[in-house]
Amino acid sequence: MVAAIRGFGAYLPSRIVTNAELAARLNCEAGWILDVSGIEERRYAGPEESVASMGAAAAEQCLERSGVNAAQVGMILVSSGSSERRFPGPAATIAHALGMDGVPAIDLPLASAGSLFGMALASSLSAIHGNILVIASERMSPIALREPMERGIAPLFGDGAGACLISGDGPVTVIDSVLHSDGAFAEDLRLGLDAPLEMNGRSVILQASRKIPSAASELLERNGKPASSVKVFLMHQANQNLMDRVARALEVDAARFYSNIRRYGNTSSASMLIAASDWWRDPGPRSGDLICFAAFGAGFHWGALLASL
Amino acid sequence: MDNRERILGIVRKVSNKTALPDPDESLFDSGLLDSFALPDMVLELEREFGIKIPDSDLSPRKFESITRIQSYIESRM
Repeated sequence: MVAAIRGFGAYLPSRIVTNAELAARLNCEAGWILDVSGIEERRYAGPEESVASMGAAAAEQCLERSGVNAAQVGMILVSSGSSERRFPGPAATIAHALGMDGVPAIDLPLASAGSLFGMALASSLSAIHGNILVIASERMSPIALREPMERGIAPLFGDGAGACLISGDGPVTVIDSVLHSDGAFAEDLRLGLDAPLEMNGRSVILQASRKIPSAASELLERNGKPASSVKVFLMHQANQNLMDRVARALEVDAARFYSNIRRYGNTSSASMLIAASDWWRDPGPRSGDLICFAAFGAGFHWGALLASL
Repeated sequence: MDNRERILGIVRKVSNKTALPDPDESLFDSGLLDSFALPDMVLELEREFGIKIPDSDLSPRKFESITRIQSYIESRM
């Protein structure tokens, strides 16, 4: 695998929704939401903001920060589990919005783990297609707020988009990745057409608590790197308690797991790229840093990706 | 110590509570365990009984009650 990460970008809607606002609708305590999730607030898209428009905004920021213009992009991969219609997906719309008509634009309808799968695929394809934009955009709020609202689901999710540019060369080298899927528990986290999100939280947490550390360990061992050598883990921001458990399973300080879930909630597949975009800006990678991305989501799909500066 | 006592010890440790529900009562519905305590309990069961529980067996229903846990663990021994 010869590929590199050139940069990240993100877009978050301006409307901030606090736990207090949701607690009143869910007949629960704002503090309870924080305790069970680590989330204090999240962003909700306005009526004018779509999966495609948020994705395009994140992509524009990513390109600007990467010093690459739209004409230099050879492929777009767009992950979303919350696109507003069955087809076409947002990829072609985003490509059009960015002035990239004619560039292959592929949808990855994978919630939560889609951005990780996109980064891994882009790393394999960049030798053929050059610069590849990986975008993840999620408009989860209309789904989370569908009636009957559940207090175990509704407060978890927020809206937003993230983007990453993968190229054939660049300062941050993609070393390796592992991807896994297993449909045995597909019914435990699902979103039917126009139906509420259904989640067997116990099963999801049980599986994620095992599979994320397992994938990270598989990847690190394969590359002869101890978990303690990783500078930062940039993981799908599903739940603070889950991230803490993954850190414990890998026997690393939880502080090495970058977290912004307190501010944005779980933005599904966008969350890992939004977290990476934040971390890349401050403190950002330094020479010798080892960076481990990891995600888990409905399917189940999960994996990890290792990069270094 | 029999297997049930060993399981009860793990549930007490993970839940940090001494009072336990009836053997057939749900550990979750009784409020003894939450979703995040479940992975900890599975890990402790593996350590205590020296078994590796495959991911394919990680259905919360198998660990719903003391009786169910005992039944599953003894099937793996």
